[in-house]
Amino acid sequence: MNLIIIMQAGVATGTVLLFATIGEILAERSGVLNLGVEGMMLMGAMSAYSMTLATGNPWLGVMIGMIAAGLLSQIHAFITITLRADQVVSGLALTFLGTGISLVLGDGLSKAGTVSLLPSSSIPLLSKIPLIGPIFFTNQNIMVYIGYILLPIVWFYINRTRLGMHLRAVGEYPAAADALGINVFRLRYLYVFIGGMFAGLAGATISLAISPGWFSELTTAGQGWIAIGLVIFAQWNPIRAAFGSYVFGALRRLILDIQGPTMILGIANPFYYNPYYGYFLEMLPYAFTIIVLVIGSREAVRKRLGAPAALGVPYIRGERGL
Amino acid sequence: MADSQPHPIFKRRWTFPITIQVEPRLVAPPRWYPWLISVGAIIIALIIGGILIAIVGGDPFASYAHIARASFGSVGVFSDTLVKATPLIMVGLACSVAFRMRLWNIGAEGQFFLGAFGASAVVLAPLLPENTTPWLFIPVMILAGLLIGALWGFIPGFLKARFNVNEIISTLMMNYIAVQWNNYFIFAIWTEGGFQMSKMFPHNAWLPRLTDFADQIPFFRGLTTHAGLILALISVVIVWFILYRSKWGYEIRLIGDNPQAGRYAGLNISRNTIMVMMLSGALAGLAGMSEITGVVHRLQGAISPGYGFTGIIVAWLAKLNPFAVVVVSVLFGALILAGREIQPSGIPKMIQGIILVCLIASDILLRYRVRIARRNTGMEEA
Repeated sequence: MNLIIIMQAGVATGTVLLFATIGEILAERSGVLNLGVEGMMLMGAMSAYSMTLATGNPWLGVMIGMIAAGLLSQIHAFITITLRADQVVSGLALTFLGTGISLVLGDGLSKAGTVSLLPSSSIPLLSKIPLIGPIFFTNQNIMVYIGYILLPIVWFYINRTRLGMHLRAVGEYPAAADALGINVFRLRYLYVFIGGMFAGLAGATISLAISPGWFSELTTAGQGWIAIGLVIFAQWNPIRAAFGSYVFGALRRLILDIQGPTMILGIANPFYYNPYYGYFLEMLPYAFTIIVLVIGSREAVRKRLGAPAALGVPYIRGERGL
Repeated sequence: MADSQPHPIFKRRWTFPITIQVEPRLVAPPRWYPWLISVGAIIIALIIGGILIAIVGGDPFASYAHIARASFGSVGVFSDTLVKATPLIMVGLACSVAFRMRLWNIGAEGQFFLGAFGASAVVLAPLLPENTTPWLFIPVMILAGLLIGALWGFIPGFLKARFNVNEIISTLMMNYIAVQWNNYFIFAIWTEGGFQMSKMFPHNAWLPRLTDFADQIPFFRGLTTHAGLILALISVVIVWFILYRSKWGYEIRLIGDNPQAGRYAGLNISRNTIMVMMLSGALAGLAGMSEITGVVHRLQGAISPGYGFTGIIVAWLAKLNPFAVVVVSVLFGALILAGREIQPSGIPKMIQGIILVCLIASDILLRYRVRIARRNTGMEEA
């Protein structure tokens, strides 16, 4: 059990959560709660894997996975933005639909054999930095590096650009945004689509890089839902989302590694001597999500922070807004 | 209109020639209207599902005919359909109660697992000796299922009431925890010879099945419908009474329709949140108990093909009406029963998803008048 290795793997697996969380942050910042992340991730993972299988080009796979998940998200967009239905139920339905379609179309993919995966590499100079180098810049998948690049871009986009301001306006006070000439409906469709593409990217990252392959529903194993929990923890801020994602990734790795050594901190390792305790370890990511939610919710109350004001509320032109 | 060439200044971008106009309904639609819409939505969903099946290379007509034959074709298979419908009724009720207060309990699956765990603990812990009379055994198991299910519902209810924790995420996470909890007991404590299952329950801990009475009534031979169906139907009446004939139910519906009004009326929303989540959990736990003592007769990992999630669709399709839950559950029981034999195996799940999507989309027809109108292009006047 090596802490460096655990954190290194944590950054890798956390990248999946990072993409999904960032996508959901963008959608929720525009006022649309999309609970279908799990379904979209499965859709992305399945499409990316089968496309790579067919063409041998993983980048094409990533692209198709993103587009497939993005298209799926537009069902949610249509139902909630145009038809003004309840976003919670519609998101649930999207999860069912995405899972079902992925299972049907992905039938047989699990026995399909190996495909060419996304490459891993070390960054020449940065990997020499003590501590940070081996954790963040050594032997990481290219997707992890894309995550590092995307993160500040998304933060800058949301907080420092005109388009990002439009995004926030649409999510906080759509009536005012509309009065300024911002097309609320079009922007919401757009950001639901982008959120879907990010979820697809997260799925593709699983099936082509982090834990390659197609294992039907177990491919994502609830990570889409953890991402939705992380959004609340992150207070809709991408930087905090990255922190949460990497910690969660490390936790998942820790669960695997902690069962190895016979001694931990000088005492006999109970997880080594009774491997059945592993089932309790398996609960940890999910229990942690709940704890993280408690922390996030309490903090939101204390700092009077909160969700985008119009989150979950359909915008109806001409009616009194928020 | 004679001049078909518009002035260049008025030249406009091309726009889609028709537009959907949505106006709020001022008059409530007739009573039959919602059901007509639901049936229409299901038919459209089945058509979409059929197209998708055809795309992946299946035969939609054969698939649907197979589902119908394998679930309603004879008394025997219809009895099996009822077996699948039994847990769905209880889980559907669990979701209906919670959804009525706009509490999104998606944790019915976990509460189902823990209800099954509670009932098993009575036999396997053991709380009661093996030769206990069924008249004591079954009620204690029912109580255990209800209690543990309610406990599993209490946790997210408390977190929601006390810390404002989003119940969607917390109930969902607790599903995963419940599965691992059961796994620990199945693999480590109650395993039978290292297999991933407990030993078989003694016969006096089984819910009686129709086939158990075949000596008196030969017609029942081989029919697997069990007494859990009676439990389910009793629950339907109780839930209906609570929701529509009791003061508590009135509070639930009031808070569900308008929490602000409920707060001003002096209702204790926190307490109601916890109580409704517990009732919801108890119903789902009862479903788990019924399944484990009526069908599986031992604790094992695979006891649910996603009953807890199908319950969400059942509740929504039944418009949260307890009696309608029964009818919808039989239909979905058929889908689950027949779906086991259909390839690829994801088809029933996909059809469920499409049905739910179509239902939600059709909801707008209840709340709004939707008209398809020609878009005013602004050229006619010129």
